[in-house]
Amino acid sequence: MKTTQILIAGFGGQGILFSGKFLAYKGLMEDLQVSWLPSYGPEMRGGTANCNVILSETPVGSPIITAPDVLIAMNLPSLQKYVNTVVPGGQIYVDSSLIDAKVERTDVQVFYIPATQMAKDENIASLANMIIIGHLLQNHPELSFEGTDAVVNKLVPPKKAALIELNMKALTLGKEYSA
Amino acid sequence: MAERVLMKGNEAIAEAAIRAGCRHYFGYPITPQTEIAAYMAKKMPKIGGVFLQAESEIASINMVYGAAAAGMRVMTSSSSPGISLKAEGLSYIAGSDIPAFVVNVQRGGPGLGGIQPSQSDYFQATKGGGHGDYKMIVLAPASVQEMASLTIKGFNLADKYRMTAMILADGTIGQMMEPISFEDAQIETYEKPWALTGTNCERKHNVVNSLYLQPDELEKKNFERYERYKAIEQTEAMWEEYMMEDAELCVVAFGIASRVAKNAVAAARAEGIKVGLIRPITLWPFPTQALNAAADKVKGFISVELSMGQMIEDVRLATQCKRPVALCNRCGGMIPSPDEVLDSIRKAQKGEF
Repeated sequence: MKTTQILIAGFGGQGILFSGKFLAYKGLMEDLQVSWLPSYGPEMRGGTANCNVILSETPVGSPIITAPDVLIAMNLPSLQKYVNTVVPGGQIYVDSSLIDAKVERTDVQVFYIPATQMAKDENIASLANMIIIGHLLQNHPELSFEGTDAVVNKLVPPKKAALIELNMKALTLGKEYSA
Repeated sequence: MAERVLMKGNEAIAEAAIRAGCRHYFGYPITPQTEIAAYMAKKMPKIGGVFLQAESEIASINMVYGAAAAGMRVMTSSSSPGISLKAEGLSYIAGSDIPAFVVNVQRGGPGLGGIQPSQSDYFQATKGGGHGDYKMIVLAPASVQEMASLTIKGFNLADKYRMTAMILADGTIGQMMEPISFEDAQIETYEKPWALTGTNCERKHNVVNSLYLQPDELEKKNFERYERYKAIEQTEAMWEEYMMEDAELCVVAFGIASRVAKNAVAAARAEGIKVGLIRPITLWPFPTQALNAAADKVKGFISVELSMGQMIEDVRLATQCKRPVALCNRCGGMIPSPDEVLDSIRKAQKGEF
Protein backbone atom coordinates (compact mmCIF):
# COMPACT_ATOMS: atom_id res chain seq x y z
CA MET A 1 0.00 0.00 0.00
CA LYS A 2 1.59 3.24 -1.11
CA THR A 3 0.22 6.61 -0.04
CA THR A 4 1.89 9.98 -0.56
CA GLN A 5 0.71 12.93 1.50
CA ILE A 6 1.76 16.28 0.08
CA LEU A 7 1.39 19.56 1.95
CA ILE A 8 1.85 22.75 -0.08
CA ALA A 9 2.04 26.01 1.85
CA GLY A 10 2.82 29.65 1.15
CA PHE A 11 1.22 33.05 0.62
CA GLY A 12 -2.15 33.51 -1.03
CA GLY A 13 -1.49 34.34 -4.69
CA GLN A 14 1.50 32.01 -5.13
CA GLY A 15 -0.63 29.40 -6.85
CA ILE A 16 -0.64 27.04 -3.86
CA LEU A 17 -4.11 25.67 -4.62
CA PHE A 18 -3.42 25.46 -8.36
CA SER A 19 -0.27 23.40 -7.88
CA GLY A 20 -2.24 21.13 -5.56
CA LYS A 21 -4.90 20.72 -8.21
CA PHE A 22 -2.21 19.89 -10.74
CA LEU A 23 -0.86 17.09 -8.53
CA ALA A 24 -4.36 15.77 -7.83
CA TYR A 25 -5.19 15.60 -11.55
CA LYS A 26 -1.83 14.01 -12.28
CA GLY A 27 -2.63 11.39 -9.67
CA LEU A 28 -6.05 10.84 -11.19
CA MET A 29 -4.40 10.28 -14.59
CA GLU A 30 -2.11 7.69 -13.04
CA ASP A 31 -5.21 5.87 -11.72
CA LEU A 32 -4.45 6.72 -8.12
CA GLN A 33 -7.03 7.60 -5.46
CA VAL A 34 -6.74 11.29 -4.71
CA SER A 35 -8.03 13.97 -2.38
CA TRP A 36 -7.43 17.73 -2.44
CA LEU A 37 -8.28 19.89 0.53
CA PRO A 38 -7.65 23.64 0.56
CA SER A 39 -7.49 25.99 3.49
CA TYR A 40 -10.37 28.41 3.15
CA GLY A 41 -11.42 31.57 4.85
CA PRO A 42 -9.77 34.85 5.80
CA GLU A 43 -6.24 33.49 5.65
CA MET A 44 -6.74 33.03 1.90
CA ARG A 45 -7.01 36.74 1.31
CA GLY A 46 -3.35 37.76 1.25
CA GLY A 47 -2.28 35.67 4.23
CA THR A 48 -1.07 32.09 4.28
CA ALA A 49 -2.64 29.45 2.09
CA ASN A 50 -2.16 25.74 2.19
CA CYS A 51 -3.38 22.72 0.42
CA ASN A 52 -3.44 19.01 1.35
CA VAL A 53 -3.07 16.54 -1.51
CA ILE A 54 -3.17 12.79 -0.91
CA LEU A 55 -2.29 10.30 -3.66
CA SER A 56 -2.84 6.67 -2.83
CA GLU A 57 -3.14 3.19 -4.29
CA THR A 58 -5.94 2.52 -1.78
CA PRO A 59 -8.99 4.63 -0.86
CA VAL A 60 -8.04 7.84 0.94
CA GLY A 61 -9.06 7.90 4.62
CA SER A 62 -8.80 11.30 6.24
CA PRO A 63 -8.11 14.07 3.69
CA ILE A 64 -6.46 16.10 6.44
CA ILE A 65 -2.67 15.78 6.54
CA THR A 66 -1.00 15.86 9.93
CA ALA A 67 2.31 14.21 8.97
CA PRO A 68 3.22 14.95 5.33
CA ASP A 69 5.58 12.80 3.28
CA VAL A 70 6.29 15.86 1.17
CA LEU A 71 6.28 19.52 2.18
CA ILE A 72 6.49 22.33 -0.34
CA ALA A 73 7.28 25.56 1.50
CA MET A 74 6.88 28.76 -0.50
CA ASN A 75 7.52 31.15 2.40
CA LEU A 76 9.34 31.22 5.75
CA PRO A 77 6.28 31.09 8.05
CA SER A 78 5.11 27.95 6.23
CA LEU A 79 8.49 26.27 6.55
CA GLN A 80 8.68 27.09 10.25
CA LYS A 81 5.14 25.93 10.88
CA TYR A 82 5.39 22.57 9.14
CA VAL A 83 9.08 21.55 9.08
CA ASN A 84 8.77 19.32 12.12
CA THR A 85 5.58 17.62 10.95
CA VAL A 86 7.27 15.96 7.95
CA VAL A 87 7.75 12.22 8.46
CA PRO A 88 11.36 10.98 8.88
CA GLY A 89 12.62 10.07 5.41
CA GLY A 90 10.25 12.60 3.85
CA GLN A 91 11.03 15.40 1.42
CA ILE A 92 10.99 19.16 1.82
CA TYR A 93 11.01 21.51 -1.19
CA VAL A 94 12.09 25.03 -0.29
CA ASP A 95 11.75 28.11 -2.50
CA SER A 96 15.23 29.36 -1.61
CA SER A 97 14.77 32.74 -3.26
CA LEU A 98 12.15 33.58 -0.63
CA ILE A 99 13.50 31.55 2.29
CA ASP A 100 17.05 32.12 3.56
CA ALA A 101 16.76 29.62 6.38
CA LYS A 102 18.14 26.10 6.08
CA VAL A 103 16.36 23.01 7.33
CA GLU A 104 18.23 21.71 10.37
CA ARG A 105 16.70 18.26 10.36
CA THR A 106 19.00 15.56 9.03
CA ASP A 107 16.38 12.80 8.68
CA VAL A 108 14.67 14.35 5.67
CA GLN A 109 15.69 15.08 2.07
CA VAL A 110 15.72 18.80 1.35
CA PHE A 111 15.63 20.41 -2.10
CA TYR A 112 16.50 24.10 -2.25
CA ILE A 113 15.18 25.60 -5.48
CA PRO A 114 15.44 29.37 -6.17
CA ALA A 115 12.12 29.08 -7.94
CA THR A 116 10.87 32.65 -7.59
CA GLN A 117 14.15 34.05 -8.98
CA MET A 118 14.19 31.50 -11.81
CA ALA A 119 10.62 32.46 -12.70
CA LYS A 120 11.50 36.16 -12.73
CA ASP A 121 14.52 35.52 -14.95
CA GLU A 122 12.31 33.74 -17.47
CA ASN A 123 9.49 36.30 -17.32
CA ILE A 124 7.05 33.83 -15.82
CA ALA A 125 6.96 35.51 -12.41
CA SER A 126 3.76 33.89 -11.18
CA LEU A 127 4.85 30.34 -11.94
CA ALA A 128 7.47 29.62 -9.28
CA ASN A 129 5.04 27.05 -7.93
CA MET A 130 5.15 25.03 -11.14
CA ILE A 131 8.96 25.09 -11.23
CA ILE A 132 8.96 23.36 -7.86
CA ILE A 133 6.29 20.91 -9.03
CA GLY A 134 8.41 20.10 -12.10
CA HIS A 135 11.30 19.22 -9.82
CA LEU A 136 9.06 17.16 -7.55
CA LEU A 137 7.77 15.09 -10.47
CA GLN A 138 11.36 14.08 -11.24
CA ASN A 139 11.64 12.58 -7.76
CA HIS A 140 8.31 10.75 -7.88
CA PRO A 141 8.21 7.92 -10.39
CA GLU A 142 4.60 7.13 -9.40
CA LEU A 143 3.64 10.47 -10.96
CA SER A 144 6.31 10.84 -13.69
CA PHE A 145 6.73 13.81 -16.00
CA GLU A 146 4.94 12.13 -18.86
CA GLY A 147 1.45 13.41 -19.59
CA THR A 148 1.93 16.71 -17.77
CA ASP A 149 0.81 18.63 -20.85
CA ALA A 150 -2.58 16.90 -20.76
CA VAL A 151 -3.02 17.92 -17.12
CA VAL A 152 -2.02 21.53 -17.82
CA ASN A 153 -4.46 21.58 -20.75
CA LYS A 154 -7.23 20.41 -18.45
CA LEU A 155 -6.50 22.96 -15.73
CA VAL A 156 -5.87 26.13 -17.70
CA PRO A 157 -9.16 27.67 -18.82
CA PRO A 158 -9.52 28.21 -22.61
CA LYS A 159 -9.58 31.99 -22.14
CA LYS A 160 -6.05 31.86 -20.77
CA ALA A 161 -4.64 29.43 -23.32
CA ALA A 162 -1.37 31.40 -23.45
CA LEU A 163 -0.65 30.12 -19.95
CA ILE A 164 -0.45 26.51 -21.14
CA GLU A 165 2.92 26.99 -22.76
CA LEU A 166 4.22 29.04 -19.83
CA ASN A 167 3.19 26.38 -17.34
CA MET A 168 4.97 23.75 -19.42
CA LYS A 169 8.04 25.99 -19.53
CA ALA A 170 7.99 26.31 -15.72
CA LEU A 171 7.55 22.57 -15.23
CA THR A 172 10.46 21.87 -17.59
CA LEU A 173 12.69 24.40 -15.84
CA GLY A 174 12.02 22.63 -12.57
CA LYS A 175 12.61 19.23 -14.09
CA GLU A 176 15.99 20.27 -15.45
CA TYR A 177 17.12 22.21 -12.42
CA SER A 178 20.07 20.85 -10.47
CA ALA A 179 21.54 22.57 -7.44
CA MET B 1 -15.57 2.69 -16.56
CA ALA B 2 -17.10 6.16 -16.41
CA GLU B 3 -14.74 9.08 -16.54
CA ARG B 4 -13.72 10.25 -13.11
CA VAL B 5 -13.55 14.00 -12.70
CA LEU B 6 -12.40 16.03 -9.74
CA MET B 7 -15.06 18.15 -8.11
CA LYS B 8 -15.49 20.06 -4.89
CA GLY B 9 -18.06 18.58 -2.52
CA ASN B 10 -20.25 21.65 -2.81
CA GLU B 11 -20.16 21.54 -6.61
CA ALA B 12 -21.01 17.83 -6.53
CA ILE B 13 -24.20 18.64 -4.60
CA ALA B 14 -25.20 21.28 -7.14
CA GLU B 15 -24.53 19.10 -10.17
CA ALA B 16 -26.32 16.12 -8.59
CA ALA B 17 -29.32 18.29 -7.76
CA ILE B 18 -29.60 19.41 -11.37
CA ARG B 19 -29.33 15.80 -12.54
CA ALA B 20 -32.06 14.88 -10.04
CA GLY B 21 -34.37 17.30 -11.81
CA CYS B 22 -34.04 20.30 -9.51
CA ARG B 23 -34.72 23.44 -11.55
CA HIS B 24 -35.29 25.88 -8.70
CA TYR B 25 -32.59 27.09 -6.36
CA PHE B 26 -33.18 29.80 -3.78
CA GLY B 27 -30.37 30.80 -1.45
CA TYR B 28 -28.36 33.40 0.34
CA PRO B 29 -24.55 33.23 0.39
CA ILE B 30 -22.58 32.04 3.40
CA THR B 31 -19.18 30.36 3.79
CA PRO B 32 -18.41 27.45 3.47
CA GLN B 33 -21.16 26.49 1.00
CA THR B 34 -21.17 29.39 -1.47
CA GLU B 35 -19.88 27.20 -4.32
CA ILE B 36 -23.33 25.58 -4.43
CA ALA B 37 -24.98 28.93 -5.18
CA ALA B 38 -22.19 29.89 -7.58
CA TYR B 39 -22.62 26.65 -9.54
CA MET B 40 -26.39 27.10 -9.67
CA ALA B 41 -26.03 30.73 -10.78
CA LYS B 42 -23.90 29.58 -13.68
CA LYS B 43 -25.89 26.50 -14.73
CA MET B 44 -29.59 27.17 -14.01
CA PRO B 45 -30.12 29.94 -16.60
CA LYS B 46 -28.65 27.68 -19.29
CA ILE B 47 -31.11 24.84 -18.64
CA GLY B 48 -34.27 26.83 -18.16
CA GLY B 49 -34.04 26.72 -14.39
CA VAL B 50 -34.31 29.40 -11.75
CA PHE B 51 -31.42 30.66 -9.66
CA LEU B 52 -32.46 33.32 -7.24
CA GLN B 53 -30.40 34.97 -4.54
CA ALA B 54 -33.06 36.03 -2.09
CA GLU B 55 -32.87 39.00 0.26
CA SER B 56 -32.39 36.70 3.24
CA GLU B 57 -32.33 33.09 4.38
CA ILE B 58 -35.91 33.41 5.63
CA ALA B 59 -37.07 34.58 2.22
CA SER B 60 -35.23 31.78 0.44
CA ILE B 61 -36.76 28.97 2.54
CA ASN B 62 -40.21 30.41 1.95
CA MET B 63 -39.54 30.47 -1.79
CA VAL B 64 -38.67 26.78 -1.43
CA TYR B 65 -41.97 26.30 0.40
CA GLY B 66 -43.84 27.91 -2.48
CA ALA B 67 -42.09 26.07 -5.31
CA ALA B 68 -42.40 22.76 -3.43
CA ALA B 69 -46.14 23.37 -2.96
CA ALA B 70 -46.36 23.71 -6.74
CA GLY B 71 -44.79 20.25 -7.05
CA MET B 72 -41.33 21.34 -8.22
CA ARG B 73 -38.06 19.75 -7.24
CA VAL B 74 -36.52 22.65 -5.34
CA MET B 75 -33.66 23.27 -2.96
CA THR B 76 -31.86 25.74 -0.78
CA SER B 77 -28.46 25.55 0.87
CA SER B 78 -26.78 27.35 3.71
CA SER B 79 -24.44 26.93 6.63
CA SER B 80 -25.23 26.74 10.34
CA PRO B 81 -26.36 30.31 11.24
CA GLY B 82 -28.32 30.45 7.98
CA ILE B 83 -30.10 27.18 8.78
CA SER B 84 -31.20 28.61 12.12
CA LEU B 85 -32.88 31.39 10.15
CA LYS B 86 -34.57 28.84 7.90
CA ALA B 87 -35.91 26.84 10.85
CA GLU B 88 -39.32 28.48 10.80
CA GLY B 89 -39.82 27.62 7.14
CA LEU B 90 -38.65 24.04 7.73
CA SER B 91 -41.33 23.63 10.38
CA TYR B 92 -44.02 25.03 8.03
CA ILE B 93 -42.88 22.71 5.23
CA ALA B 94 -43.09 19.76 7.63
CA GLY B 95 -46.52 20.87 8.82
CA SER B 96 -47.71 21.10 5.21
CA ASP B 97 -46.36 17.64 4.27
CA ILE B 98 -44.52 18.74 1.15
CA PRO B 99 -41.10 17.62 -0.11
CA ALA B 100 -38.06 19.88 0.04
CA PHE B 101 -34.31 19.47 -0.20
CA VAL B 102 -32.02 21.47 2.08
CA VAL B 103 -28.24 21.45 2.50
CA ASN B 104 -26.36 22.47 5.63
CA VAL B 105 -22.57 22.65 5.16
CA GLN B 106 -21.86 23.13 8.83
CA ARG B 107 -19.46 25.58 10.44
CA GLY B 108 -18.55 26.18 14.07
CA GLY B 109 -21.18 27.65 16.42
CA PRO B 110 -23.12 28.74 18.37
CA GLY B 111 -23.93 32.25 17.21
CA LEU B 112 -22.02 33.57 14.26
CA GLY B 113 -19.29 31.16 15.36
CA GLY B 114 -16.55 30.59 12.82
CA ILE B 115 -16.26 29.33 9.28
CA GLN B 116 -14.27 26.15 9.85
CA PRO B 117 -15.85 22.67 9.75
CA SER B 118 -18.14 21.46 12.49
CA GLN B 119 -20.83 18.88 13.26
CA SER B 120 -22.54 20.78 16.03
CA ASP B 121 -25.88 21.12 14.22
CA TYR B 122 -26.60 17.43 14.79
CA PHE B 123 -29.31 18.17 17.36
CA GLN B 124 -30.82 20.90 15.18
CA ALA B 125 -31.00 18.57 12.17
CA THR B 126 -32.16 15.36 13.85
CA LYS B 127 -34.32 16.62 16.71
CA GLY B 128 -36.14 19.49 15.10
CA GLY B 129 -34.67 22.96 14.97
CA GLY B 130 -38.01 24.50 14.16
CA HIS B 131 -41.04 24.18 16.41
CA GLY B 132 -43.54 21.38 16.65
CA ASP B 133 -43.49 17.61 16.22
CA TYR B 134 -41.61 16.84 13.03
CA LYS B 135 -38.61 15.06 11.57
CA MET B 136 -36.40 15.53 8.54
CA ILE B 137 -34.51 12.81 6.72
CA VAL B 138 -30.89 13.66 7.50
CA LEU B 139 -28.13 12.37 5.22
CA ALA B 140 -24.47 12.62 6.24
CA PRO B 141 -22.02 12.30 3.32
CA ALA B 142 -18.41 11.34 4.06
CA SER B 143 -16.98 11.86 0.57
CA VAL B 144 -17.48 13.99 -2.51
CA GLN B 145 -19.04 10.98 -4.25
CA GLU B 146 -21.59 10.72 -1.44
CA MET B 147 -22.29 14.45 -1.63
CA ALA B 148 -23.64 13.62 -5.09
CA SER B 149 -25.28 10.24 -4.47
CA LEU B 150 -26.98 11.33 -1.24
CA THR B 151 -28.26 14.47 -2.93
CA ILE B 152 -30.02 12.33 -5.53
CA LYS B 153 -31.21 9.99 -2.79
CA GLY B 154 -32.43 12.98 -0.79
CA PHE B 155 -34.60 14.29 -3.64
CA ASN B 156 -36.04 10.81 -4.13
CA LEU B 157 -36.83 10.31 -0.44
CA ALA B 158 -38.27 13.80 -0.04
CA ASP B 159 -40.78 13.17 -2.84
CA LYS B 160 -41.52 9.63 -1.69
CA TYR B 161 -42.38 10.66 1.88
CA ARG B 162 -43.47 14.29 1.27
CA MET B 163 -41.00 15.74 3.75
CA THR B 164 -37.69 17.60 3.90
CA ALA B 165 -34.49 15.72 3.23
CA MET B 166 -31.40 17.48 4.52
CA ILE B 167 -27.76 16.94 3.64
CA LEU B 168 -25.78 17.52 6.83
CA ALA B 169 -22.21 18.02 5.61
CA ASP B 170 -19.36 20.11 6.94
CA GLY B 171 -16.85 22.62 5.62
CA THR B 172 -14.22 19.99 4.88
CA ILE B 173 -16.37 17.76 2.71
CA GLY B 174 -17.82 20.86 1.06
CA GLN B 175 -14.44 22.34 0.17
CA MET B 176 -12.41 19.24 -0.70
CA MET B 177 -12.05 17.76 -4.17
CA GLU B 178 -12.19 14.05 -4.92
CA PRO B 179 -12.85 12.01 -8.04
CA ILE B 180 -16.51 11.55 -8.75
CA SER B 181 -18.71 9.78 -11.28
CA PHE B 182 -22.43 10.25 -11.90
CA GLU B 183 -22.82 6.91 -13.66
CA ASP B 184 -24.95 5.18 -11.04
CA ALA B 185 -27.42 8.01 -10.44
CA GLN B 186 -30.93 6.57 -9.95
CA ILE B 187 -33.53 9.27 -10.41
CA GLU B 188 -36.99 8.33 -9.16
CA THR B 189 -40.12 10.31 -9.96
CA TYR B 190 -43.33 10.42 -7.95
CA GLU B 191 -46.85 11.55 -8.77
CA LYS B 192 -47.83 14.70 -6.87
CA PRO B 193 -51.64 14.82 -6.93
CA TRP B 194 -51.59 17.22 -3.97
CA ALA B 195 -49.55 19.89 -5.80
CA LEU B 196 -50.89 23.36 -6.56
CA THR B 197 -50.76 23.22 -10.33
CA GLY B 198 -54.02 24.92 -11.24
CA THR B 199 -57.34 23.07 -11.41
CA ASN B 200 -58.28 23.93 -15.01
CA CYS B 201 -61.77 23.92 -13.47
CA GLU B 202 -61.55 20.14 -13.66
CA ARG B 203 -60.89 19.20 -10.06
CA LYS B 204 -61.28 20.48 -6.51
CA HIS B 205 -58.73 22.97 -5.25
CA ASN B 206 -55.71 21.54 -3.55
CA VAL B 207 -54.71 23.26 -0.32
CA VAL B 208 -51.19 23.35 1.11
CA ASN B 209 -51.24 24.72 4.61
CA SER B 210 -49.93 24.01 8.09
CA LEU B 211 -52.75 25.70 10.02
CA TYR B 212 -55.17 23.40 11.87
CA LEU B 213 -57.15 25.30 14.48
CA GLN B 214 -59.14 22.26 15.60
CA PRO B 215 -56.91 20.43 18.07
CA ASP B 216 -58.34 17.01 17.24
CA GLU B 217 -57.66 17.58 13.59
CA LEU B 218 -54.08 18.73 14.26
CA GLU B 219 -53.51 15.75 16.51
CA LYS B 220 -54.75 13.43 13.77
CA LYS B 221 -52.36 15.04 11.27
CA ASN B 222 -49.45 14.56 13.66
CA PHE B 223 -50.40 10.95 14.36
CA GLU B 224 -50.54 10.25 10.62
CA ARG B 225 -47.20 11.94 10.07
CA TYR B 226 -45.57 9.86 12.80
CA GLU B 227 -46.94 6.65 11.27
CA ARG B 228 -45.01 7.65 8.14
CA TYR B 229 -41.91 8.42 10.24
CA LYS B 230 -42.16 4.97 11.83
CA ALA B 231 -42.12 3.32 8.41
CA ILE B 232 -39.07 5.39 7.45
CA GLU B 233 -37.26 4.36 10.63
CA GLN B 234 -37.86 0.72 9.74
CA THR B 235 -36.83 0.87 6.10
CA GLU B 236 -34.58 3.81 5.26
CA ALA B 237 -31.71 3.72 7.79
CA MET B 238 -28.32 3.52 6.06
CA TRP B 239 -24.92 2.85 7.56
CA GLU B 240 -21.48 1.48 6.74
CA GLU B 241 -19.62 -1.08 8.84
CA TYR B 242 -15.84 -1.19 8.72
CA MET B 243 -13.84 -4.01 10.34
CA MET B 244 -16.76 -4.89 12.61
CA GLU B 245 -16.70 -8.69 12.04
CA ASP B 246 -14.51 -9.52 15.04
CA ALA B 247 -14.54 -6.10 16.72
CA GLU B 248 -14.45 -5.80 20.51
CA LEU B 249 -14.70 -2.02 20.40
CA CYS B 250 -16.84 0.10 18.11
CA VAL B 251 -16.11 3.63 16.96
CA VAL B 252 -19.17 5.56 15.81
CA ALA B 253 -18.62 8.57 13.56
CA PHE B 254 -20.19 10.26 10.55
CA GLY B 255 -19.03 12.66 7.84
CA ILE B 256 -15.48 13.98 8.06
CA ALA B 257 -15.06 12.55 11.59
CA SER B 258 -15.57 9.05 10.15
CA ARG B 259 -12.72 9.61 7.67
CA VAL B 260 -10.36 10.51 10.52
CA ALA B 261 -11.72 7.63 12.61
CA LYS B 262 -11.05 5.14 9.80
CA ASN B 263 -7.35 6.05 9.85
CA ALA B 264 -7.35 5.58 13.64
CA VAL B 265 -9.13 2.21 13.40
CA ALA B 266 -6.54 1.00 10.86
CA ALA B 267 -3.71 2.19 13.13
CA ALA B 268 -5.26 0.49 16.17
CA ARG B 269 -5.68 -2.74 14.20
CA ALA B 270 -1.95 -2.56 13.40
CA GLU B 271 -1.38 -2.53 17.18
CA GLY B 272 -3.56 -5.61 17.54
CA ILE B 273 -6.61 -3.85 19.00
CA LYS B 274 -9.81 -5.37 17.67
CA VAL B 275 -11.78 -2.26 16.83
CA GLY B 276 -14.28 -1.45 14.10
CA LEU B 277 -16.32 1.48 12.90
CA ILE B 278 -20.02 2.02 12.33
CA ARG B 279 -20.65 5.07 10.18
CA PRO B 280 -24.25 6.30 10.19
CA ILE B 281 -25.08 7.52 6.66
CA THR B 282 -28.58 8.55 7.71
CA LEU B 283 -28.58 10.43 11.02
CA TRP B 284 -32.35 10.36 11.01
CA PRO B 285 -33.42 7.64 10.81
CA PHE B 286 -30.50 6.69 13.04
CA PRO B 287 -29.14 3.16 12.40
CA THR B 288 -30.41 1.94 15.75
CA GLN B 289 -30.60 -1.68 14.62
CA ALA B 290 -26.89 -1.80 13.67
CA LEU B 291 -25.73 -0.22 16.91
CA ASN B 292 -27.99 -2.32 19.09
CA ALA B 293 -26.69 -5.48 17.41
CA ALA B 294 -23.11 -4.29 17.91
CA ALA B 295 -23.81 -3.65 21.60
CA ASP B 296 -24.29 -7.40 22.07
CA LYS B 297 -20.78 -8.06 20.73
CA VAL B 298 -18.49 -5.23 21.77
CA LYS B 299 -17.17 -4.03 25.14
CA GLY B 300 -17.96 -0.40 24.45
CA PHE B 301 -18.35 2.45 22.01
CA ILE B 302 -16.43 5.60 21.17
CA SER B 303 -18.40 8.42 19.62
CA VAL B 304 -16.13 10.67 17.54
CA GLU B 305 -17.70 14.04 16.83
CA LEU B 306 -16.94 17.62 15.87
CA SER B 307 -19.21 18.89 18.64
CA MET B 308 -19.46 18.82 22.42
CA GLY B 309 -21.12 15.41 22.11
CA GLN B 310 -24.51 15.31 20.38
CA MET B 311 -24.72 12.03 18.45
CA ILE B 312 -23.44 10.27 21.59
CA GLU B 313 -26.97 10.60 23.03
CA ASP B 314 -28.41 8.63 20.11
CA VAL B 315 -25.65 6.03 20.48
CA ARG B 316 -26.65 5.58 24.13
CA LEU B 317 -30.36 5.38 23.24
CA ALA B 318 -29.77 2.95 20.37
CA THR B 319 -27.66 0.65 22.51
CA GLN B 320 -30.04 0.99 25.47
CA CYS B 321 -27.03 1.83 27.64
CA LYS B 322 -25.91 -1.81 27.48
CA ARG B 323 -22.27 -0.72 27.06
CA PRO B 324 -20.27 2.36 28.03
CA VAL B 325 -19.86 5.09 25.40
CA ALA B 326 -16.79 7.35 25.41
CA LEU B 327 -16.63 10.70 23.65
CA CYS B 328 -13.70 11.78 21.50
CA ASN B 329 -14.38 15.27 20.26
CA ARG B 330 -13.12 18.63 19.07
CA CYS B 331 -15.30 21.58 18.26
CA GLY B 332 -15.39 25.20 17.12
CA GLY B 333 -13.84 24.33 13.76
CA MET B 334 -11.12 22.01 15.09
CA ILE B 335 -10.85 18.43 13.85
CA PRO B 336 -9.41 15.60 15.94
CA SER B 337 -6.26 14.00 14.54
CA PRO B 338 -6.18 10.24 13.94
CA ASP B 339 -3.77 10.09 16.91
CA GLU B 340 -6.33 11.65 19.23
CA VAL B 341 -8.90 9.07 18.15
CA LEU B 342 -6.29 6.33 18.50
CA ASP B 343 -5.65 7.45 22.09
CA SER B 344 -9.35 7.13 22.88
CA ILE B 345 -9.35 3.64 21.36
CA ARG B 346 -6.32 2.63 23.45
CA LYS B 347 -8.00 3.93 26.60
CA ALA B 348 -11.23 2.09 25.81
CA GLN B 349 -9.19 -1.06 25.25
CA LYS B 350 -7.99 -0.68 28.86
CA GLY B 351 -11.56 -0.23 30.01
CA GLU B 352 -11.37 3.55 30.41
CA PHE B 353 -14.48 5.18 28.93
